[in-house]
Amino acid sequence: MKKRIPALLLAALMLLTLTACGGNKPKTPTAADKRKEANEIYVGIAQDLSSSLGPYQLATAGTREVMFNVFEGLYKVDPTGDFKPALATDYTVSDDGLTYTFTLREGVKFHNGAVMTAQDVIYSYQTCASSSVDSSIKKILENVTDLKEDNGKVVMTLAQPNSDFLAYVGSVYISPAAYTDQDTQPVGTGPFRFVSRTVQDSVVIARFDDYWGEKAKLNQITFKIFENATALVTALDAGSVDLVAHLSISQVNNLSKDYQVLEGSMNLVQALYLNHEYKPLDDIRVRRALCYAVNVDDMLKLTAEGHGHKLGSSIYPSFKKYFDESLIDAYPYDAAKAKDLLAQAGDPDGFDLVITVPGNYTPHVDTAMVLAEQLKAVGINATVQEVEWNTWLTDVYQGHKFQATVCGFDASTLTANALLGRYESTSAKNMCSYKSTQFDAFLQEAAATTDDARRTELYKAAAKCLSDDAANVYLQDLAEFVAIRSTLKGYEFYPLYVMDLSKVTY
Amino acid sequence: MNFVLKKLGTLLLTLLILSFVAYAAFEMVGDPVNLILGTNASPEDVQALRESLGLDKPLLVRYLRWLTGFISGDLGDSYIYRIPVSGMIGEKLGVTVVLTLMGFALTLLFSIPLGVYGARREGSWADRLLTVTNQIVMAVPAFFVAILLMVLFGVVLRLFTPGSFVPFEDSPGAFLLYMIFPALSIAIPRTAMTAKMLRSSILGEMQQDYVRTAYSRGHNRQSALKAHAFKNALLPIISFLASTMAEMLAGCIVIEQIFSIPGIGRLLMVSISNRDIPVVEAIVMILAVWVMLVHFLGEVVGEMLDPRRRA
Repeated sequence: MKKRIPALLLAALMLLTLTACGGNKPKTPTAADKRKEANEIYVGIAQDLSSSLGPYQLATAGTREVMFNVFEGLYKVDPTGDFKPALATDYTVSDDGLTYTFTLREGVKFHNGAVMTAQDVIYSYQTCASSSVDSSIKKILENVTDLKEDNGKVVMTLAQPNSDFLAYVGSVYISPAAYTDQDTQPVGTGPFRFVSRTVQDSVVIARFDDYWGEKAKLNQITFKIFENATALVTALDAGSVDLVAHLSISQVNNLSKDYQVLEGSMNLVQALYLNHEYKPLDDIRVRRALCYAVNVDDMLKLTAEGHGHKLGSSIYPSFKKYFDESLIDAYPYDAAKAKDLLAQAGDPDGFDLVITVPGNYTPHVDTAMVLAEQLKAVGINATVQEVEWNTWLTDVYQGHKFQATVCGFDASTLTANALLGRYESTSAKNMCSYKSTQFDAFLQEAAATTDDARRTELYKAAAKCLSDDAANVYLQDLAEFVAIRSTLKGYEFYPLYVMDLSKVTY
Repeated sequence: MNFVLKKLGTLLLTLLILSFVAYAAFEMVGDPVNLILGTNASPEDVQALRESLGLDKPLLVRYLRWLTGFISGDLGDSYIYRIPVSGMIGEKLGVTVVLTLMGFALTLLFSIPLGVYGARREGSWADRLLTVTNQIVMAVPAFFVAILLMVLFGVVLRLFTPGSFVPFEDSPGAFLLYMIFPALSIAIPRTAMTAKMLRSSILGEMQQDYVRTAYSRGHNRQSALKAHAFKNALLPIISFLASTMAEMLAGCIVIEQIFSIPGIGRLLMVSISNRDIPVVEAIVMILAVWVMLVHFLGEVVGEMLDPRRRA
């Protein structure tokens, strides 16, 4: 008799499990229902925000995309890439292109209740010029020689004309003058106000009820940090987050029907970046051989089921003004030609090539794996080396200690210079050590031209220069998938790396 | 007394060596300056930040500065978050300690009855089933158990919501419900090992002369086990449990990642990849003290149970 007890227990346990599996869904409201009731959402993000949340210290793209909801500049980018009046209602520019006069919007309130004045704007431009972590914005603001108030208007005088100036104006967020707690308690004018931050856990923002424009729909948004990709996917499976951006095709393929999937693009220039200091990559024939050896279509099929937009140069497609479609097929896949070029360059048997990739970015690692195989097919002994993000930043990006790398560069401002400036031979960001006097000349002339059509032409010529010189093997702008709870709507993609949650609603 | 002093000396020396090794190891992987400033900063900004964090000083200078701070009770500020390390760790340490203790309690709760049951019914089919199950469970790593538990109880049965940890202050009940599954996943493999050890330890004791004497005094197998063999069989288990306790804290590091529990394990992982040396140092020190402490306690308990070792 006694011996039967364990058997009975086991049977009972099995029965319990089975009934629990097959049983009806519990009627009690789930956590997601409760969030809907409270009109709030949880957004999953893959990394913590940068150490400071201050408007001029937003060091990472992941921080900028969150704080886009909190801060605003005089003008603000919209989903089509146009700059729309925000804290300024309008601006005039003098005929010589040197003097900008901004009319400020009246009655704009900061999150701390203070009303925005011209002094706040002047303070913000001065602080940004002296302390911004973005050296390109600093450089533009150095060009502002005079900054003054005139009858409630703000007048800025530039040393040289710059028709991209408005794009930078969009990135200089306005902060209350002499407010010193921006690092930890950021205060802006955006549709959401900052509520709290728990380091490595979450960031909470809430609707700002005194917002000057169309008020946000949701009451509160909690950004939950999931540093671990598995944990993020489980959180989606379990329904504990309502919105996650930057997902890969494999991550969204298995989502439950509680979510809808939106497809956009990441607004990155993904390329096999080459170090021109490394022999034989200094030889244009070798670089062209690499371009011919790589089959981007196959790579897209293998890594992303064909999703993604091909590039051809350092401009991504949603940047319509400068994107040149004809460059996509500048180097169609041709293994024979690649071998030919290698032979001409004196490397008929190929050479060793280590592709260093930041291991935390799965899409880049996947791409590198496929490229290594494609390069092997033409005789180049390519190997993939995964390193940590910090090691990549220090050794590859700053130290130039690499042969080739796969990564993606975004544009911190919606300007051609944000994507092309890094190839100027004097740029500290010139990771590839690309040097071309012609390219430099194009960029310098573009910076000094006030005529927009001419500028566009020059930037396009510069982008073509990169393609002609086979500066790098330009691959794709990665497809971006956003998983959003089916009951939510109003999510919009931007041509910049931002996440606008003000229009999202149940 | 002498014994305690000796232990304390060893602890201090270990901490000193360990802290230096951890510090020196980071010398090879670089500092967090690029991570803090991102890809758009100018080289001058990078240099300025390095100076303001004191990272331009040589390794020994930085280490000694940290050491003097540590001795005077100041753990320093996090490089990344610019807030005191003690504050960052304080709130998270509690969570990890609760997780470890829950795991340990569950291990005791399951392993002792299972071990005793197996020994009492040696050779029965229940015992054989237990041995086989133990063998299988032991071979499964804790992180895999964690994933299985999460899928079964979190995704299929929806008993808890993976990824949405509830702090104790918000709701003690929900906190415990969330913590029980990670605690189970560190407890299960350890339970199997402890039960197996206890079973063979009891069976070993049952072969001893004093148990035969007990039989001759009229004990049957059950009562001899209970009155004599069990207590002696526990002795080797105690030191095993001490190392279990130590290993569980280490196991938490992995489990916290999977269940997204904001404990010091997760903090450690993130701080290592952030090159946040002050935080890493502080956690390494805590882990070292913990390991030494539980082994010390294990020895003390062992001595209390074993008169022969009370010299």
